[in-house]
Amino acid sequence: MPVQERRLSLFLSLAVLCCGLLLWQYATHPTVSHSPYGIPEGNAEYQRLMGRDAATAHASGFPTPAEFVRSAMDELRAPLRDNGPGDRGIGWQLGASLLRVAVGYGLAVLVAVPLGFAFGLHPVLQRAFNPFVQILRPISPLAWMPVALYTIRNAEGCGIFVIFICSLWPILLNTSFGVTTIRREWLNVARTLEVRWPQRLGLVLLPAAAPAIVTGMRIGLGVAWLAIVAAEMLVGSSGIGYFVWNQWNNLSLSNVILAILLIGATGMLLDSVLALVQRSVRYAE
Amino acid sequence: MRDDICFSGGHLFRASSVTDGTGAACACGAHGPIMTGGRRRFIGGLAAGAVFAGGGMGALADPPAIIGGSTARVPVERPDLAIGFVPISCAAPLIMAMAKGFFRQEGLNVQLHKTAGWALIRDRLLDGSLDGSHLLSPMPLSLSLGLGSHAIQPVRALTMQNINGQALTMALKHWKNRDPRQWKGMTFAIPFEFSMHNLLLRAYLAQYGLDPDRDVSLRVTAPPDMVANLRAGNIDGFLGPEPFNQRAVYEQAGFLHVLSADLWDGHPCCAFGVTAAFMAQYPGTYRAMQRAMIRAAYFMQDPANRLEAARIMAQPAYLNQPEIVIRQSLTGHYADGLGMVRDNPRRAGFSPYPYPSMAVWILSQFSRWGYLKDAVPCQDMAQQVFLIDEVRRQVADMGLPLPAAARNDWPDYAIMGRAFDPLHPPSYSR
Repeated sequence: MPVQERRLSLFLSLAVLCCGLLLWQYATHPTVSHSPYGIPEGNAEYQRLMGRDAATAHASGFPTPAEFVRSAMDELRAPLRDNGPGDRGIGWQLGASLLRVAVGYGLAVLVAVPLGFAFGLHPVLQRAFNPFVQILRPISPLAWMPVALYTIRNAEGCGIFVIFICSLWPILLNTSFGVTTIRREWLNVARTLEVRWPQRLGLVLLPAAAPAIVTGMRIGLGVAWLAIVAAEMLVGSSGIGYFVWNQWNNLSLSNVILAILLIGATGMLLDSVLALVQRSVRYAE
Repeated sequence: MRDDICFSGGHLFRASSVTDGTGAACACGAHGPIMTGGRRRFIGGLAAGAVFAGGGMGALADPPAIIGGSTARVPVERPDLAIGFVPISCAAPLIMAMAKGFFRQEGLNVQLHKTAGWALIRDRLLDGSLDGSHLLSPMPLSLSLGLGSHAIQPVRALTMQNINGQALTMALKHWKNRDPRQWKGMTFAIPFEFSMHNLLLRAYLAQYGLDPDRDVSLRVTAPPDMVANLRAGNIDGFLGPEPFNQRAVYEQAGFLHVLSADLWDGHPCCAFGVTAAFMAQYPGTYRAMQRAMIRAAYFMQDPANRLEAARIMAQPAYLNQPEIVIRQSLTGHYADGLGMVRDNPRRAGFSPYPYPSMAVWILSQFSRWGYLKDAVPCQDMAQQVFLIDEVRRQVADMGLPLPAAARNDWPDYAIMGRAFDPLHPPSYSR
């Protein structure tokens, strides 16, 4: 891309950001809040109890960008504080979620890649399992939750199971697709040269299917990150989803927004790691 | 049988000590006016008390003899405990037991687990990942009956936590529509089916001629969602726990239509429970938890401690709410959402006594609204699940004042202006 165009797109990005911030500021600009419906305003003590005097001024409703920045700074000042399970910093929560994703997603990769190979190499198997995969694939992580809770009976296990079951399908389908579409000539050449099974797998099948597998893993990781936040909001006692729930419990939208931004940023980071891997396994035919 | 005798003696001993102290030190002084009938209707207790009166008085000089073997301290078998709570003001005693060190005093090392809802509390208590938990007071009964659960799992209310302290909050747009007879077609939120909130709201609506199953819709909703939905206009009102009623006022989303203290002064709300299996396995541990919770309820009932409690509860580890909101719900000096500052010191109360009377009312409402299809022996069930005898023995053992009314298992109540007789609960034919 020429420098000119790159500058233009950077400028456009910044413009969108500024517009967003301005809209946010405009929409949340504090106005004098009168009781609606003609309800009496009450005396000074009433105003104090409603948190409307200067000393205890509270931001009712949606925070302005400035309020958001202030509370985000507060929260980010001690991201690793640990005052017992009820009050841990956002860094801990993010770490807990990442750990769960690592376990659940790792298991999914371990199961889905070999299974995908088996499906790709044996069309009969693929045809036999296809209906089940197609039915299970579109199920939302939240729909799994009650079943998981009832059977696994352990909140930690439930979270991991939900990640596992959601990230399994894209990896499985992409792997089997990648293996099916390997050019027959390459396999035939390998067979003619009498390359043994393990080498055939390592030298031909895996490298040839790698781009498709990594694409599946990239989609799977995205789904896992989507699922964990939802699962933790339901059953979590830690994790970023629990953080969102806990802040919502306090109706503290500032911290909810902070968590949303962090979830987005973390998801982007995870995705870009796999994008790097994807680039490294790409090959030109 | 020995337990009964010991208990009767203990109760007489306590009775005299309360009169000696003229009740000045009685932290639970709030109990007096709660009961409408001070009739003493022990089942056999009165006779036993009379027989053993001499023994009781004689034991005044030697209290341990009265207490007998039943409350002798059993060592704590399991000091590391996981206890669940839902972040609402009802959990104040549990939070105080933690923050003020009442658990530590009993040799317990407790981890409090903030939990996202009642269904989750139920599942975690039953699967053993929680050793004990904050429960809605109907829950030990519903779980022991197998209602709203996959199997019958005996759960016991070791202590009550709080009385009163809830409210019916209505959306601001209804501020001139205060007559429930006009509320047909409205939508209300409740925190859980087996909650006092649901039962009180149903009884309240029914009193004004509405059928809570047909004329309105009741929606189980998490408390923060109640406030948000009230503001968004998705619900017309909610009967919910504090501090969310006051929070709705504070957020200018609603007003307090009626406090639960004005519906039934002294109604139970949340209990503290464990499974019967846990009690059998760890008798010393559950008693230690019970003592800590009793001490905490006495602490919370003292008005002098309410401001400190509000400060502690506001912390992120506990309720994570503005202190000024919690304080209004605890002290009863509050803004009502309609421009009035009101004072009702009975808005929130704390009491460790799980009266079987309360359980009988709850069971009668279970059958009234069709949750309970079969007839159960209400009084037996109530005494089995609500462990008032144990609480009384512990109170005696700890040397705390026993409020006069707490000597009666079966106090009468005035519920929404009507007398409720726990020994002859109304039978509802549906």
